[in-house]
Amino acid sequence: MFELLLQGVLLGGLYTLFALGLSLMFGVMRLTNTAHGDFIILGAFGALALNGWGLNPWVADVVVLPIAALLGYAIQRYVLNKTLGKDPVPSLVVTFGLSIVIQNALLETFSADPRSIESNGLNIQSLALSESLSVGVLPTLILLIALSATVGLQWLFANTRLGRAFRAVSDDPEIAELMGLRSKNVYALATALAFVLIAIAGVLQGLRTTVAPSDGPMLLLFAFEAVIMGGMGSFWGTLAGSMLLGVTQQVGFRLDPGWGVWAGHLMFLFVLLVKPQGLFPKTR
Amino acid sequence: MNPIIEKQFAVERGHAYTRVLLVVALVAVIAAASLPLWAESSWMHEFVEIACHFIFALMWNLLAGYGGMVSIGQQAFFGLGAYTMLVLGNFWGVNPFVAIAIGGLVAGLVAIPVSRIAFRLQGGYFAIGTWVIAEVFRLSFANLSAVGGGAGTTLTALRGIDKASRESWTYWIALLCVVASISLVYLFLRSKRGLALLAIRDNPVAAESQGIAVGSMKLAVYAVAACGAGLAGALYFVGNLRISPDAAFSVNWTAFAIFMVVIGGMGRIEGPLVGTLVFWLLSKFFSDFGSWYLMGLGLLAILTTIYFKQGLWGYVQQRWGWSLFPTQRRVVLTTGPSA
Repeated sequence: MFELLLQGVLLGGLYTLFALGLSLMFGVMRLTNTAHGDFIILGAFGALALNGWGLNPWVADVVVLPIAALLGYAIQRYVLNKTLGKDPVPSLVVTFGLSIVIQNALLETFSADPRSIESNGLNIQSLALSESLSVGVLPTLILLIALSATVGLQWLFANTRLGRAFRAVSDDPEIAELMGLRSKNVYALATALAFVLIAIAGVLQGLRTTVAPSDGPMLLLFAFEAVIMGGMGSFWGTLAGSMLLGVTQQVGFRLDPGWGVWAGHLMFLFVLLVKPQGLFPKTR
Repeated sequence: MNPIIEKQFAVERGHAYTRVLLVVALVAVIAAASLPLWAESSWMHEFVEIACHFIFALMWNLLAGYGGMVSIGQQAFFGLGAYTMLVLGNFWGVNPFVAIAIGGLVAGLVAIPVSRIAFRLQGGYFAIGTWVIAEVFRLSFANLSAVGGGAGTTLTALRGIDKASRESWTYWIALLCVVASISLVYLFLRSKRGLALLAIRDNPVAAESQGIAVGSMKLAVYAVAACGAGLAGALYFVGNLRISPDAAFSVNWTAFAIFMVVIGGMGRIEGPLVGTLVFWLLSKFFSDFGSWYLMGLGLLAILTTIYFKQGLWGYVQQRWGWSLFPTQRRVVLTTGPSA
């Protein structure tokens, strides 16, 4: 029982990293990025490609992060900013189009085979907690990264100039502009930050298991479920939602290997029905 | 004495040529109905396939373009209609052609409880939430061994009918479904309720303050769109005979519908019609290119949304004022002396 819970929490750590970027983009510019999962996969393949060009795998995993930030900045600045507004249709169609473009570009470049990022055996090492219980080193590391990312984001939003700018354009972009912020630029910075998180999530997913070009939509749904279950407006909520999703899926998998993802979806719908604002609704 | 000039208004909807168009459309439908007598069977198969895409896109347009509800999960009802038809046909001995209509009805009915969950979310959240619901449907059917589980199963109910008459009947039913769904949507949008729907799309708060029941109107549109999607799904698998959860609940159905509606022009009936024609032509010439073709469709949808928002028919309507299905009401000022 405890072991099941532990496995769920470790899985929840990975889902936290999936969800934080989405939560950030939801929060700052009310943008629903339907290509979120595909960008995660793109991050993993980015690291794989850099590795393929001769870079040490660990170096490749780090080098991909600033590239992701630049890509995020450019995409927000030159594409997504044109779709913002009261009408949700343009941003949905554009990000959905991006999703299809990314999936098929990856399919064309890397084929449909699932791959994983070389971790020099880290993915099979484990720590023995007791005689009967041991946890994987990599999942534990992922959980720690997820926790620090959550704390870091919460701190950034509460205590820095950039965080204040994010909150300001989120509350009212027009007033924020009157106060001297350029909201389009702030949006682009937010997306750049979200893309760093996305790339971290992608690399860790690639290290922990495998990635294939068609995996994106599933990861988007996991991230979305975690954000909505946790409640919009707080990164702690996103963390809690991810943990709930991880544990539920783990329990489902234990009952029947075909039920894990399904159980997670059902939990999401259940939370939506009984607590539509999520577990921890808050304004940032 | 000065004649009293009084301003008079008239509400105009159709044009003189609307009736001509109706006659042309009737002749076209009759001509199309004779197709099984002279054409190859591959044409009929192609028509059925494209008809399903069209009906699905038409219903997506009703939901998103008129109802303001952008869903990425309409494939839930497409697959549900299909599986309903299959279960009725294979296990209960219902004629599959009759079961197509029942499949649509069941999808529409199931949409009512589903909306209780889906409507908790709005805008972009609604879009992804409906996608989750569609995934729940897909995984549920994949876990049902009675209908073949994840591997799917075959529609056996049509075994007794020879190939030629099966194909002709499927074609005729598809044609009937196309005509019926266009008429349904057109008449609905021209009715008083259609006017209410347009009001809600333009400003839900103002519409509510004018006494329009926004909630029940949205539910009605959601159910009708689900019904149409279910009809398209059941029809598709009567034409295809082989069904699996991955094919029936594939998000590609909605992806293609979004493409068609965006290219043709959202929020107008001509949009999905023109979009389906473009989609059909593109797939005819380029679908052999596989992933390059899909990448092209994605890019085209992105560019159209950013730089050519009104879509092809929107452009035609703005430029020349053409309208095949006039649903807009225009106030015309007629000034004349009155006694």
